[in-house]
Amino acid sequence: MPKLKAEEIIAAVEEKFGGRVKSKKLDAIDPFFVIEPGDLIEVCTFLRDDSRLRFEMLNSISGVDYFEPDPKKAPKAGFEPHTEVVYHLSSITHHHRAVFKLILPRWKDNKPGELPDVPSVSSLWKTANWHEREVFDLSGINFVGHPDLTRILLSDDWVGHPLRKDYEFPLEYHGIRGR
Amino acid sequence: MGWLEGRFEESVITTSLEQAMNWARESSMWPMTFGLACCAIEMMAVGCSRFDIDRFGAGAFRATPRQADLMIVAGTVNFKMASRVRRLYNQMPDPKFVIAMGACTCGGGPYYKYGYNVVKGVDLVVPVDVYVPGCPPRPEALLEGLMRIQDKVRGMKDLTKEQPIDVPIPSRSGYVLLPPELSDPVKADAFAKKNKELATPAKG
Ligand code: SF4
Repeated sequence: MPKLKAEEIIAAVEEKFGGRVKSKKLDAIDPFFVIEPGDLIEVCTFLRDDSRLRFEMLNSISGVDYFEPDPKKAPKAGFEPHTEVVYHLSSITHHHRAVFKLILPRWKDNKPGELPDVPSVSSLWKTANWHEREVFDLSGINFVGHPDLTRILLSDDWVGHPLRKDYEFPLEYHGIRGR
Repeated sequence: MGWLEGRFEESVITTSLEQAMNWARESSMWPMTFGLACCAIEMMAVGCSRFDIDRFGAGAFRATPRQADLMIVAGTVNFKMASRVRRLYNQMPDPKFVIAMGACTCGGGPYYKYGYNVVKGVDLVVPVDVYVPGCPPRPEALLEGLMRIQDKVRGMKDLTKEQPIDVPIPSRSGYVLLPPELSDPVKADAFAKKNKELATPAKG
C-alpha cells in the first residue's frame, strides 16, 4: 500500500472538495489545510473511508487561542484575534499522517461568553469523545452533536475556560483562596 | 519521677503515663497511603529499603484514614482534590498530624503563578504541622520532617489531644543543630517575618 506525502493527501482532498479547502500551507513542519466547520463531517468521512487515505486514527484535537490580552501589544501581535481547532490524523494502514484546521471567531456572533460551534466528530472516531470534552473544558469550543459535552478535567461547577488568553483566575473556589 | 525513683529493683522503669503514651505514639506513627503527584515517588523511595522510614516506626502505610495518624500530603493539590483532602483529614482519628511535602503543598510551588487550578498551599485546606520544602524534597528531608513530628508528639501535654502549638520550632533532643537565627522562638519569629517580607511578590 502506498504511503502518501502530505502534499498528495492535501491534493486528494482538494480534488474531491475543490474550493471548499480554504487555504493550505505546505512548507510547515506539519503541512496542513484549512476547512470550514460546516464541511467538517463530510471531509472527515472522506479522510477516514477513502481507500487511498484510510485515516483510522484520530491522534488529537487541540484548541488554540490567538489573542493578545495586552491592548498595547495587540497591534504588533501579527494576527487577528481568533480561535483554531487542530486535528491530527494517522493512518494505520498506510502509515501516513494529516493535519487540518478550523478557523473560528473567538466568540460566536462576537458576543463574549457565547462559545463558537463546531460539529462533533465523535460519531466517526470514538476517541474524539474525550478529546472534544477536553477542548471544550479548557479552550471553550462548543461541539454540536457531542453525546455528553461536560467538563473532563476541571470540576463541573468551574467558571470559564482556563486556556483562553483572557481567562481570569478565580479569586476563591469553595472557600479556598485562589490567588 | 520524684519519690518513686530508686525504690524498685533495677529492672523496673518508672515513667509518667504521659511520657509513656507519647513514646508509644511517636514510635508508631502510621502514615496514610496518599500521593498526589511527583512528590509521591519520593515518598515511596522513603518507604523503601534504602531510606527505610520503618527505622522511625512510620513504615506502616495505611490505606484508610481511620487507621492513620499522619497525613503526608505529597504532591500538587488542586481545587478538585482539595475537598477530598479535607474530607480524608476529617476522617482521621485524633491526634492527627500533617506533613506538607514539597513546594506545591507548601505554597503552590512551580504552579504558583500560572496554575489556575492549583491550591496555593495545602495549609489553606488543612492545618499543617511540618513543612518539607523542595521540588521534590530529598528523602532525608522527609525523614527530618518526620522527626520533627516526633518531637511534636514528645512535647504533647494532654493524653488525648491538643498539640502544643505555642512552640513554633520544636525543641530537638540532638542530632541536628539549629542555625543561630532559629535558636530561640523570638529570633525564629523575626527570621520568619523577614523571609515573608522578602518573599512578597512584587506589585504589578
Ligand atoms: S513540589 Fe515539585 S516534585 Fe513535588 S509535587 Fe510539586 S512539582 Fe512535583
